[in-house]
Amino acid sequence: MTSALKIRQLAKQYDGGFEALKGIDLTVEPGDFFALLGPNGAGKSTTIGVICSLVNKTSGSVEVFGHNIDTHFSLAKQKIGVVPQEFNFNNFEKVIDILITQAGYYGIPSSLARQRAEKYLKKLGIWDKRDVPSRNLSGGMKRRLMIARALVHEPELLILDEPTAGVDIELRRSMWTFLEEINQAGRTIILTTHYLEEAEQLCRNIAIIDQGVIVENTSMKSLLQTLQKETFIFDISETLDLDFALGGYGCKVIGENNLEVSLAKEQNLNALFQRLSDAGLTVTSMRNKSNRLEELFVNLVETQTDDKVEEAEEE
Amino acid sequence: MSPREQFTAFYTILYREIRRFMRIWIQTLVPPAITIVLYFVIFGSLIGSRIGQMDGFSYMQFVVPGLIMMAVMTNSYSNVVSSFFGAKFQHSVEELLVSPVPNYIILLGFTLGGVARGLMVGLSVTLLSLFFTELHIYNLPVMVAIVLLTAMLFSLMGFINAVYAESFDDISIIPTFVLTPLIYLGGVFYSISLLPEFWAGVSKANPVLYMVNAFRYGVLGISDINISWAFTMIIFFVVVAFLFSLHLLNSGKGLRQ
Ligand SMILES: Nc1ncnc2c1ncn2[C@@H]1O[C@H](COP(=O)(O)OP(=O)(O)O)[C@@H](O)[C@H]1O
Ligand SMILES: [Mg+2]
Repeated sequence: MTSALKIRQLAKQYDGGFEALKGIDLTVEPGDFFALLGPNGAGKSTTIGVICSLVNKTSGSVEVFGHNIDTHFSLAKQKIGVVPQEFNFNNFEKVIDILITQAGYYGIPSSLARQRAEKYLKKLGIWDKRDVPSRNLSGGMKRRLMIARALVHEPELLILDEPTAGVDIELRRSMWTFLEEINQAGRTIILTTHYLEEAEQLCRNIAIIDQGVIVENTSMKSLLQTLQKETFIFDISETLDLDFALGGYGCKVIGENNLEVSLAKEQNLNALFQRLSDAGLTVTSMRNKSNRLEELFVNLVETQTDDKVEEAEEE
Repeated sequence: MSPREQFTAFYTILYREIRRFMRIWIQTLVPPAITIVLYFVIFGSLIGSRIGQMDGFSYMQFVVPGLIMMAVMTNSYSNVVSSFFGAKFQHSVEELLVSPVPNYIILLGFTLGGVARGLMVGLSVTLLSLFFTELHIYNLPVMVAIVLLTAMLFSLMGFINAVYAESFDDISIIPTFVLTPLIYLGGVFYSISLLPEFWAGVSKANPVLYMVNAFRYGVLGISDINISWAFTMIIFFVVVAFLFSLHLLNSGKGLRQ
């Protein structure tokens, strides 16, 4: 079966000389819901820019459903719908015109375009805004307009670049549901994000990119198993001694009433609470220290360094 | 894309271009009409009545074809330069770049959008001129052909300007420092037979002279230069400008990083 996306040895050096992608390989199978995860500046948008011809690559190859984007650009582009990270529609055009025009660029006549526009604007809940100039939409509506625009030619591969950045929780959930439906209907989806939670919620397979290099490419399930530890911050009603310690736990006093504890994968919270109670401490609230992506990175980088050390030792 | 799909895409771009300048008609259609009417009043009626004849016609009759062409040139140019630079500036040009539309269709769409604006303003200025003078038509096909070619050439130049432009300043520099002098010195207001021989010779290096004179020939039947030579030159410029613009689009200059 041809892959939905096949990237080989893709490199990108920007004009100033900055190497944003250092020869990445990536394969996404048809029907997948795939996450490209990485911190800001990792190269996610650059990768997407290359796939949909907004960025000139320096070297390497990209195929979309078997069509090379250089030699068969027309066929390749017909297959892709893209929702870029930044708003990029004409601010003065009406919502409906933006959709019909976009469909026209794909050779879709206006009668059919009008039906498609209605279908997707309704699905995304902005049909009543169809005659409003796009600049008058709220941020969340603009985001949904871009999703509708990406779907108007019914592409087989939908690519979304940080679609939920700056979107409120409620809308984020409804977008997730919508994307899941689209995916279940058979469309391949690639989504970039810098929230592990989002990828975890939606995606089956995942690649992690950092500084222009793919550092991990696996299924969501097996990735989560590599999360070695999680760090929590506890608010304690009693005043803590600066040298307070809990045997068996990585534990640090970070304020009179704040305690930071790292929990390894095989440890559980129940036991920890028990220990805190035994020490005479009352926990009033707790939260995750950082998002888990950061911890994942720390883990990945640590593992890689360990590997290198081991290799060095073997030599 | 099939030829039919390509046509749909072309029509979509053209239609969007026309919709754009119609939506902002107060900025795009009204000012040129007012400017040109002022020219009619000042140069044609007030000053013109003291000038006497120019090449056997009243000054008003002489200057009207030149002013119509001036309107066509400036409007075709500014339509494309504003629209395409605006699309770059707002990033909405990316809608085209991610789509399968071939570059020559993109170029044709924007160019004919500029031609449409040039024709529209040209026509309204022509109608307004009827309040000041009667309009001769000496050779209609020449008139129409030269207006179309001129509008096309100025649209393409506007496109090239927009590709190179990185700021709003860049889209006013060329019109101010290059186009306006070329147009004012291009035989709109006078016959080059009035000039000393040397300056008449220099004027012949100005492409605008050929367009204005060929159009005036279509209207009045007089020209400072040979008409077939004028057509050859203009067609040559249009082809060169088209190929160069296409090359810019293919290279992604100013569009893709
Ligand atoms: N036009 C550009 N010129 C130079 N460097 C750029 C350009 N665009 C992006 N970069 C750099 O390339 C790196 C990757 O950027 P990007 O792909 O946008 O990252 P991400 O989407 O993962 O946040 C960043 O360090 C960014 O500063
Ligand atoms: Mg990005």
